[in-house]
Amino acid sequence: MSKTFFAMLARDWHVARRNSIALMLQTLLQPMLLVFVFGNIMTGSGMIARTYKNILLPGVMAMSMVLTGVQAVAMPLIAEFQFTHEIEDRLLAPMRIGWLAVEKVVAGMLQSLVAGAVVALSAWLLLGTSVRLDFGHPLELAVVALLVALAAGAGGLTLGCSVGQTQIGLMFTLVIAPMIFFGCAYYPWASLAPHPFLQKAVLVNPLVYASEGLRGILSPEVAHLPAAAVIGALSLFDVVLLGAGLFRFHRKAIS
Amino acid sequence: MPAGIRTLDLRKIYNSAPPAAAIGGFAMLPFRSKPKRAGRPNIIALDGITLEIRAGEIFGLLGPNGAGKSTTVGVLTTRVRPTSGRAWVGPHEVWKEPVAAKRLIGVVPQRPNLDFALKAREILLFHGAYFGQGARERAERASKLLALFKLEDRAGDFVRGFSGGMMQRLSIARAMMHDPEVLFLDEPSAGLDPQTRLLLWDIVRDYNRGGKTVLLTTHNMEEADALCGRIAIIDHGRIIAIGTPEELKQSIPGGHVVRLKFRAPAPVLMEKMKEFAGVREVRPSDGLGADLYADRGGPLVAEIAAAAAAAGVDISDIHISEPSLETLFLHHTGRSLRD
Repeated sequence: MSKTFFAMLARDWHVARRNSIALMLQTLLQPMLLVFVFGNIMTGSGMIARTYKNILLPGVMAMSMVLTGVQAVAMPLIAEFQFTHEIEDRLLAPMRIGWLAVEKVVAGMLQSLVAGAVVALSAWLLLGTSVRLDFGHPLELAVVALLVALAAGAGGLTLGCSVGQTQIGLMFTLVIAPMIFFGCAYYPWASLAPHPFLQKAVLVNPLVYASEGLRGILSPEVAHLPAAAVIGALSLFDVVLLGAGLFRFHRKAIS
Repeated sequence: MPAGIRTLDLRKIYNSAPPAAAIGGFAMLPFRSKPKRAGRPNIIALDGITLEIRAGEIFGLLGPNGAGKSTTVGVLTTRVRPTSGRAWVGPHEVWKEPVAAKRLIGVVPQRPNLDFALKAREILLFHGAYFGQGARERAERASKLLALFKLEDRAGDFVRGFSGGMMQRLSIARAMMHDPEVLFLDEPSAGLDPQTRLLLWDIVRDYNRGGKTVLLTTHNMEEADALCGRIAIIDHGRIIAIGTPEELKQSIPGGHVVRLKFRAPAPVLMEKMKEFAGVREVRPSDGLGADLYADRGGPLVAEIAAAAAAAGVDISDIHISEPSLETLFLHHTGRSLRD
């Protein structure tokens, strides 16, 4: 089983490496534009306080991790299950098919982690010296980053096995866009206090915990959700999304 | 170790539209819907398939689109879960030990499903890796198969730009990559030009000579006749006849079939024709027609024409079939394979 599993991981790595330039651009362009406009132009002109940079960077990092992980798993699955059937060769490999879904999630996690690291580094360079990040809790950072990456990969599995090829546009409009804007990537969760209903409602959004979790570690001076709540909620999302994703995957793979 | 195939009373009932994956050709499935709940048709794809395919034989499933051929292959290749019944590949029961069964089989799907993100050679190499082959073994087998299928000069290309025939060849090469004991070919020559079809047939025969079992589905009589040691004719999810091509052809009364169409019902002529020398059976066929099973074909036409003129019947079409699997199919189902 393990040989098959790692051969599939090698296949995904091979394909990702071949498309690495396109993938990098796709991962970096939007977050960098965002960081430049809000972090440099707006703070530079005094329209936004300089400390906003410390709020923005962990949020953008969380957003990139989640989006990259979701897309890396969901998009190929949608195409391969419904249009090209490319996945059939791997479904026929000598391994329980659930492991193929797990392999997809692991590949998505790796891409999500790389995206987080690359975006954080690039944003830090772009924002210059005035951004202050706290790297005093590497273990906590690693745990939260892993939980975020897993939530992204497992969410991608669930979406990729639930959304039809014709509904990809709709998925972005109805799922991804609200998730980003209500994901506390651009503002701390605490700032939703004037909207009590909204503040409660956004708690169903895993990106909230990703943003708040990374912010709590990298910019602890900003008000954030407690680490235990973040880790607990992310773990719950991981379990639920992985379970739902595996269920949907089996439904798709076997008729 | 050579492996055969066995199925016991396989049934598959879809209670929603069957997904297109792995079961192509379903668009033409005859809908025998018995709605349990409003709006949910039950589609019977397999209606009790019991088969025994010996290790080392080339076995054909012959039938029209939607007969259940691909669903049978789907069940045997772990892609379609049967509603009831059991299936074995070699010693392994497919739905209890899917991983062990998958080790023994290679599958060529009806629709090419090659990995578009990889180049032709890489497709073979990764496939070998999925089956645990070492780097050297993989490279050697890939080179051998690319040469066998005349794909060497395109080995370094992505398959997106390949012609249908090239994709089909590469699909077969991929299925053979891990040297499976049982090879499934689902409509292998659909869309192939005659030359490539002959190449394919040679390769399948060669592979079988090495003691491997081959199960192929086809609606092409010539292919079944040319390749298969035994054939099962399948229609509406049931096996309606099974045997060697010769045995099956001999089971047709008389051997020849004359298909007639009239412009108006002709009961008198139908009775009259039964008395012709050599006619074994006269069957009415869809409304205004008749199928004559007889031990001769052409020589009957003059007699039929004379009798029709005498009875005042206008014949609109006449077709003579020599003994073939086509006439056999007609005999068992009252339909032509191409209907």
